[in-house]
Formats: sequence, C-alpha cells, structure tokens
Amino acid sequence: MTTTPPLATAEVVDTSTATLAARAEERRLRRGLSPRTAFLLRRLGRLVISLAVVVVASFLLMYLVPGDPVRAALGQSATPQLVEATRAQLGLDRPMWEQFLRFVGGLFTGDLGTSVRLQRPVADVIAQRFPTTLLLAVLAFVIAVVGALPAGIGAAVLARGGRRRGLSVALSAVLGILIAVPSFLVAVGLISLFAVQLGWLPAAGWGKPADAVLPVIALAIGPMAYLVRIVQVEMLAVLDTTYMTTARAKRLPRRLIHLRHALPNIVTASLTVGGLILAGLTAATVLIETVFAIPGLGTIMVSSVGAKDYPMVQGVVIVYALIVLGVNLVVDVVLATIDPRSSITEG
Amino acid sequence: MSVRSKLLNPTAISAVSGSAVLVFLAVAGPALWGSAADTTDVSSRLLGASLAHPFGTDELGRDILARVLAAARLTLLLTLGATAIAVAGGIAFGLIASILPTHPRRWFTGLLDILLAFPWLLMVLFFTVIWGATATGAMLAIGFAGIPSFARLVYNLASSVSGRDYVRAARVVGVGPVGVLLRHVLPNIANPFFVNAAATASVTLLSFAGLSFLGLGVQAPEYDWGRMLQEGILRIYVNPLAAIGPGIAIVLAGLVFTLLSEAVAGVRGQGWRATAARAAGGLTLTSGRRPVVAPTVPAEDVVAEITGLRIAFATPEGGVVERVRGVDLRIGRGEVVGIVGESGSGKSLTAMALAGLLGADARVTVATHRFGDLDMSRPPTAADRARLGVELGMIFQDPLTSLNPALTIGRQLTEVPEVHMGMRPAEARARAADALASVGIPNAATRLRQYPHEFSGGMRQRAMIGMALTGRPRLIIADEPTTALDVTVQRQVMGVLRRAQEETGAAIVFISHDIALVSAFCDRVIVMKDGRMVESLSADRIREDASHPYTKALIACLPDMNSDRTLPLPVIPPELAPEALEEEVPA
Repeated sequence: MTTTPPLATAEVVDTSTATLAARAEERRLRRGLSPRTAFLLRRLGRLVISLAVVVVASFLLMYLVPGDPVRAALGQSATPQLVEATRAQLGLDRPMWEQFLRFVGGLFTGDLGTSVRLQRPVADVIAQRFPTTLLLAVLAFVIAVVGALPAGIGAAVLARGGRRRGLSVALSAVLGILIAVPSFLVAVGLISLFAVQLGWLPAAGWGKPADAVLPVIALAIGPMAYLVRIVQVEMLAVLDTTYMTTARAKRLPRRLIHLRHALPNIVTASLTVGGLILAGLTAATVLIETVFAIPGLGTIMVSSVGAKDYPMVQGVVIVYALIVLGVNLVVDVVLATIDPRSSITEG
Repeated sequence: MSVRSKLLNPTAISAVSGSAVLVFLAVAGPALWGSAADTTDVSSRLLGASLAHPFGTDELGRDILARVLAAARLTLLLTLGATAIAVAGGIAFGLIASILPTHPRRWFTGLLDILLAFPWLLMVLFFTVIWGATATGAMLAIGFAGIPSFARLVYNLASSVSGRDYVRAARVVGVGPVGVLLRHVLPNIANPFFVNAAATASVTLLSFAGLSFLGLGVQAPEYDWGRMLQEGILRIYVNPLAAIGPGIAIVLAGLVFTLLSEAVAGVRGQGWRATAARAAGGLTLTSGRRPVVAPTVPAEDVVAEITGLRIAFATPEGGVVERVRGVDLRIGRGEVVGIVGESGSGKSLTAMALAGLLGADARVTVATHRFGDLDMSRPPTAADRARLGVELGMIFQDPLTSLNPALTIGRQLTEVPEVHMGMRPAEARARAADALASVGIPNAATRLRQYPHEFSGGMRQRAMIGMALTGRPRLIIADEPTTALDVTVQRQVMGVLRRAQEETGAAIVFISHDIALVSAFCDRVIVMKDGRMVESLSADRIREDASHPYTKALIACLPDMNSDRTLPLPVIPPELAPEALEEEVPA
C-alpha cells in the first residue's frame, strides 16, 4: 500500500492500453457501432463459428471412425441386407455433400436422425432426458455459487494483511484437496458414507427428491472449492487497491466497504469462472449420472458410445456443445451489461 | 533461496518420495503382486476386509489390494502416454502458432479458443467415439483432447517471451526465428512448461480413471484403477473398500503429480506454499507508549498531531524493518504543510499513519496521536468514525486507481453526506454536484452519472478533491496528488487544491518529492530522509534557512533561469543518498 510503483512502468502500461483502446475505438467508429453493440456482434460471430466447428466435427464423426460405422454399430453377426438397409436409413449411401446438407437441414427442423440401437428418433430421447441433466447441473451450480461467494469473501476479509494465517493455510489445504478429488470419487465417498454406512440416502436411482441430494453434492463440491479460491484471491487483491483505501478513508461501515465497494469488483472474475464451472459441471454430469444410475444425457451418451450408436452420439454431442456455448454467451452478455469498462473495449 | 533449500522443503520431499513410490510400483508391482492379483479362489470370493485381504476380494476371489498395486503399471503407463501426446502435440502446435504470420495466427488461436470452451471430458468422449472403447483408444482420446490447452499455454508463453527486449535485440542482430526459438524462447518457458506438464499428468490420470470407470477405457481382463472402481461400485454394499481402495490410489497418485507441479513451481515462488509464506509474514498491531511531548501550539489550534511515530514491517525472512523512526508532526488550523523526501523516506507512511489508515501488517507505535480533540490511538467509536469521515479528506497519487471503477462518480461523492451527515439522497446529490462544480468540472449533474473511466486523469483527481469537499474538511491529506499527472494538468489540480483550501479553511498535508512544487504551495516544509524528519522550514525562507546537508543538496538540484545549461544537472551526492533500509531492528 505504501510502495509507489515506478513511474516508468505505469506510463508504459498506460500508453499500451491507451493505444489498444484507441485502436478498438477507431475500428468501431469505422463501422459506426456503439461499443456494446460491437462487442455483442463480435461475440455472436464467435458463437456462429463455434457452432459451425461443432456441426462439422459431429458430422465428420461418422467418417473419422475407422472401418465401416454401420457394420461396427450392428456387429459382425448382422446380415448384409440389414447393414445395407441401415445404411440407407441413415442416408450413408448418398454423396457426402448431400448427407451434410440433410444433416444441417435436420438440425434446423429438430430432426437429429434415428438411433440405431433404440430405433427411436434421437431428438425424442434427448428431449426426454435433457431436463434431468439440466436439473442436476443447475442445482449444483446454484449451490456452488451460493456457498462460495460468502465463504470466499469471508476468508479474504478475515485473512487480509496476513492475519489469521493458521486459518488461511488450513483453508488453502482443504480447498486444494476438494479441488483435486474428481467428482466421481467424491460420489463414491459420499455413497459409502451416507448410503452404505449411515443408510440416510439412496445410493442410486432417480425419481424422489432424496435421490438428487448426493449427486448434486458430489457435483457441487469441487467447483465450489474452486470458486471459493477464486473469490478469495480476487477479494484479497481488491482489498489492497487504492480505491478500497479511499473507501476506508471515508470511514464507511464495513458492510458498505465490502458489499458496495469490493463486491462489484470481483463480479467479473467470479462470473467468468462461474461460466467455466457451469460448462464443466455439464460434462461432469456424465460421470455422476453413471455413478448414481440416473437416466440423463450422460448415461445415454456413455451407452451409445459403447454400442457405437453414432446418430445418438452425434445428437448428444451437439446438445452438450449447445449447452456450453449457450452458457458462454450468457456470461458474455451479462458481463457486457454489468461491467461498464473492460470487456467491451477488449479486442 | 539456494538450490539445496529448494530441494529440502516439504513439498519437494513429498513430491520426490511420492514419485519414487509410483516408479517402484510401476516397475515392480506386477512382478511382486501380479500372481496374487490373478489367483482366483472361488471359496474366498466377495470377502470383506480382513488381515489376509485388507481391501477384501472380488467376485473371483482375487485379492483387491494386490490388484490395486499390480494395476499401478498400466494406469501410470497410460497416463504418461496420454500426457506425452498432449504435451508433444501442444508444443508442436503452440510453437508453430507462435511463428505464424499475423492472420493465420489469429485464426489458429481463435480455433484453439473455441476448442478450449469445451470441457476436457466432452472432448475425450468425442475422440473416444472415433478410436473406440479400448485402452489405446482412450489414451489417444485423452491425449488429443489435452492438446488445445497445452498448445494455448505454449503459444502464450512463447509469444510473451518473444515480445521481450532481449529477444527483440537478438532479432535485430540477425538471429533467425528458429534460433530465437531454441536459444531464447525454449529456455525461458521451461519452468512454467514443466509445472503445467505435471499438472496435465494429474488431470490425465483422473480423466483416465473416469473413462475406465465409464467402461470406455481399459477393458477386462485388463484392469486399471478406473476399471477396478467400476467393478467395485457395483458391490459397494457388500464391500465398500473394493471401490474406495482404487479410489484412494487414484487420489494419491493424482496428488503426487500435483505436488510435483507445486515443487517445480516452488522454485519460482508460485503455488500455495508461496501463498502460505506470504500469509505467515503478517504481524499483529502493537501499541507502545512513550512520555507525551508537551505541545507547543495551543491545543485548540491544532488540527492533527502525531508524536513518537514509529512504523515497522515484518520482512519475509522473519525479521522486522523499521521504515519510520520517530516522527513528530503537528498541523495547525488552516496550515499548509509540505512533506518532501524521496521514495522510501517514509513520507507516505507518515501521512497514512496520521490518517489512521495503515493496514494490519504495519507495526505502529505512537506517543500521542490526535485529530482535533479526538484521541486516534484508541479504537474509534461510530461517532468518531463519522467525524473523521466528514472532517478528514484523502487524495492519493494515482487518480486512475483511487476511484472505484465499478461505481459512478455520484455514488462515490454522495457517500459521506449520506452515511455520515444524515442527508437524504437528493440533498447528498446536490452537495456532490456543488463539490464537482467547485473543483471546476462542468455539467456536474451529468458527470455524476458517469463512471471513473469516462473521466480524464486530471478530472478524476479533481473529483477526488471534490470528494473531500463533500464533507466539512478540517484536514486534507494529499499524497503526491500530481505525480501521476502531466505538467499542465498538475497546474490545474494545484489550483483547484489551493482554491479548496481557501474556501474551506482546511489544513493541508501535501506530500511530494518535488521540493519546488512544495515550497511554492506550502507554508511550512518538512524534509524527510530514511524515516526521520531532518528539517522543518518556513517555505518562503527555504533557500536561506536550510541547514541540513540533504536539504541543501535537494535545493541545489533545482534548476532556475540562471542555471548554466551547458553543465550536467546536479545530483544528490552519494554520501547523502538514502541508506540501505534492509537494516534489521530487534522485533
């Protein structure tokens, strides 16, 4: 707080950000857009490119598989007639460009093809299972965020300036362990404790509210620990800034200092990490659904990969990708709305 | 820190011994426990934990502990294989990206960013579809899924290094791109590279465990820890250790990789150990008392007073360094006092101590410390805090950082009137607008709705002065308020500060390293050096009265209209340069 940064560095940083900002400003003026619109358009452009990558990658999946995907899906015992019939059903007998157009066209009309194994429309299966996965991920995310914000802020406020070092070292160790242990191992531990030893909660299944308790906790713990660490580090950095000294110089009540002056400044970083966490949670549901035998997207994905049911896999991959991209877009838009400064001018 | 002490810290010791255990298991595990792991015994199938079988047995009566130990080789080989793929691919793509021309490079990094948006597990599943649910397929899938993040890392490291001056210098003297890469870039990214490679190995291990657990990795009759976990969880009610045993192995092995990464990082002082060391540097605030010095100014004319001020800080090595060594400062009503001294002379610390704003890491001792009739050495009551908030204003060096970027100017200028003066929002807003107008910011009502980033540097500093004026300041402490501003803006800000002083009659403590600025602006000038006040002079007689050699040297350095411009500028003679501040004092 007392050491003043060498002037030279400050000037260098200043001019370089000024140049960057000026360049962004110039580009924006050339197109006649407001900074916020330009930012959102840029992000929309990235979303479209990402979507294109996902669609092309999942279309090519069938071609990247070594050998004949239809033969692989049906097994060696299938008759050549069945193989040919299935090939025709999947449209694999058509030219590649026609297949691709049908594939993309199907995406727009909600037609994701037919599952080879289940002989049902892929879209129906996904529609039936999607809410379960979404519920798991969203519940876990809400719990992680609601738990992490006060814990991280509290830890930073208590440990500021090297106070209570025992507490911060202990917290750092606990967080490190919780972050390091993957969710499916947490799940195994939770099951053996709360289902097997204590018999309080079911070890597997889906239907009753009690069924959701252990899966959601298993999903939430790791991300929550990670978010606590991020919030704590961000908060410690914010507490050391000059503007927080300004707030303290005004002798404001601690509540105002922390909630009004500090909190808004950790939102950007926390939200960015929160978006990553939600995307990661969505992927982690694959493992957690398998541990707890929950009929969601993850279990159908795993069984379809095992059974080489490619249309089903393609459909689920696209849905997962859409979730991830959707979360990122929401985070970007929210950031652009609440953060008046940085994200908009950043190239 | 010496290499020796780097290797002798607990993290490094655990990392090395953990790795030794893993290597031993991978080499000798199958030979030592392989037969026990494969011996089927139908009579002892599905047993719980016992002395003969600490983790119990599986459905063919094979000992689970022996299987866990024997499975280490396959698990670790697959982990290292996948890590090698991710690292090799990452280096190749990252380095290629770093030497591409601008446009392809943008596209390439854009593509990497798109891939990075997807969680690793989703990428792994995607690739598993291609290569099939086998051990080799899983290794390829995990390795390929790890390439984008490693490529991005290598690219970031490489491009940050190649922007540095010594690499530019190498280019100027004609070293080609490959030479720059080999001689300058690679050696300088080695450390973060190994840190991340070890961290990647940890993630790879866990991914492999997850994939085998899903039934998409290693297939029976082969087994790794993930596969055993899958078999164990089916019988978790019969024998929980059948699932927990392999789980523990996975966590411990993952921990070893993480520790390795920490140990490598520890060399450069990253990671949690460094954080813990920083946390350990703190000290609690102590308050010592010295005999009170009799005040020379009548008490009612003193705005603020601090005597016997000493400020010390803990050093990372566990010692204590004293930065302010006995300062007595008394500010009269309406007096403008300048404090000059170079960086490290303790002038800013003195000002912060006077305002009672030093952090918990500072060890402060004072004999007396008061603001008006308020004893500042006692913890303040709510009423004291309100009074300080209204009557004591602070202005800091860098107006870019002293205003909260997330709050509007209006929000920041209405706080003192609202919180401490009991004004309603509309009144407080009117007062804030008046304050902005009085520091020369037009359109105050509009300006109040703007954020600091919409203000120029000089305007922000004026807004800071305006913030002090929203109260009823009796003392304004300005800590180098013009140092970060260019010269013309400096003049404006000084003018605003002068006018504010004349209108409110507040005393000002003005801190600067610029003795010319200070002697023009202040009534009294205090010169500080090495944490002590060396001289206190009347500003208008500073050239005549200066007696301390350091003050004389400072004044001699000031160029004036008669200076001979053919001569080099005078400098502070070395014998008067600040002494080294690393001198230790007893704690």
